[in-house]
Amino acid sequence: MHPAFSVLIFTVTAGVGYGLLGWLSANELFAWWVLSIAMQISIGVIAMVLISIGLSASTWHLANPKNAWRSFSCFRTSWLSREAVFAILLYPIAALYAAAIYFEWDSVGILAGLCLLFSFIIVFVTAMIYASLKTIRQWHHPLVPILYLLFAAMSGGLAWAFLLAWNDLELGSLIQVLGALVALTTFTKLAYFFIFSVPGGSSIQTATSFLNQKVRILDAGHSAPSFLNNEFIYDVAKVKLLRMRWLMLSTTFVIPFCLFYWLPNTLSLALAFMIMMAGLLTERWLFFAEARHVVRLLHGQQRV
Amino acid sequence: MKLGLAIDLDTCVGCHACATACKQWNTSGTIGPLTDTNPYGKDPNGAWLNRIRTFEVDESPQSKTVNMPLSCMHCEDAACVTVCPTGASYKRDEDGIVLIDQDRCMGCNLCAWACPYGARELDPGSGTMKKCTLCVDRIYDEQLPEAERQPACVITCPTNSRVFGDFDDPESEVSKLQKQREGKPLMPELGYNPVNTYLPPREPIERPQGGKVLGKVKQIVNRIIHR
Repeated sequence: MHPAFSVLIFTVTAGVGYGLLGWLSANELFAWWVLSIAMQISIGVIAMVLISIGLSASTWHLANPKNAWRSFSCFRTSWLSREAVFAILLYPIAALYAAAIYFEWDSVGILAGLCLLFSFIIVFVTAMIYASLKTIRQWHHPLVPILYLLFAAMSGGLAWAFLLAWNDLELGSLIQVLGALVALTTFTKLAYFFIFSVPGGSSIQTATSFLNQKVRILDAGHSAPSFLNNEFIYDVAKVKLLRMRWLMLSTTFVIPFCLFYWLPNTLSLALAFMIMMAGLLTERWLFFAEARHVVRLLHGQQRV
Repeated sequence: MKLGLAIDLDTCVGCHACATACKQWNTSGTIGPLTDTNPYGKDPNGAWLNRIRTFEVDESPQSKTVNMPLSCMHCEDAACVTVCPTGASYKRDEDGIVLIDQDRCMGCNLCAWACPYGARELDPGSGTMKKCTLCVDRIYDEQLPEAERQPACVITCPTNSRVFGDFDDPESEVSKLQKQREGKPLMPELGYNPVNTYLPPREPIERPQGGKVLGKVKQIVNRIIHR
């Protein structure tokens, strides 16, 4: 699949935003740290700004954005529509949560719980846009929403740790929790790579109905690349994919882990967070570049 | 009604006439225009609703060239309709035709991702998704003579490899062809239940060879007739 830059920015940035908002609301519910009102509101605003950047990036790839408002209409059937509805609903809830923090309402706990729930739901629903597509084997898998949730919790958690350290708060066991989260995400991602290391599913035989014969493409029917080629046939050399995997694993997991685990100060947390963001962009790029749509079979690929 | 096409892989010669007839009719039809970018340049691109691929099936010397036209299969369980967030994609109850409301589409590409057959293409001009309408603006047009109330691709096919009809009616030509020729769906494992059916190439007919002498005589006669 062609990795559209706007979608990479959207899923990574909004993912951090929802993760950070999740940590902020979870802290309200479980009272792990005592934060000043100004700090809580600032963190909430940072999270919402990240989310808004992500959501606006997601509209860049619409070819006819004037109809984007209609995407709220198919809530019952379409995961994309659900994502749009939940993402918009979070704004008034987050605004009420901020007001509750500022005016110290009693309902602050309920609103924090709603923010946490919505952050979780939105990340899950976003992942389901991809996981619901039967045409792409690498996306149609339960590990996809699990990984999206883990990435949001992990990157949001690192942002949360940095913001706490920046405000001279004691991190306590947060570093261990984050370390465990990074390790869990790493193993889940490695398991994902392992599952899809061999081709499977549809083949050029099922795509052409000649189940028991050898099938080979002679002509794809067009002399220049078409919409289908540009969208579905994104060919990257195997060597480059492998290099990107190593780059992704080191920048998303290994380097940030070493930085924040053994050197948990503000500077190294900031550095770890920035490296992880770059790593997550690589991860999302790979998520697209390694996804093989079944239309490739109609253009001559034997298996997906 | 369950309208769709039966496509004969035995007789299709891969002339692309169906694709050009489709483009010609639909560019000024209900979902038109079908925009092209750089049509006479080095890298022409544009929205087509029907594309023909050519495959070699089996190995030499039994191999056969098979031309395979692919357009919308008007699936019974059309995922392209389910994933659409705006309600632009819909499947008609009365005849099962899958259509796109051009005034509602926001061009998010998700339906094209959900389609395994590459039947949906984004129009570079309008920014909306385009797909086969089964020439819904022809098949119900009572101004046209009855014989012409068929999709443009079916009318134009020089080898009658494309047959249009109602798969719900067991007496229709498409239903009969599907039964007689054991028409096959493409990628049935995805569970979309495509309506269009592909009729496999017929087995080569064994010619009676007769005895050695008779065979020789036949060969000579054939050669003479050929001249």
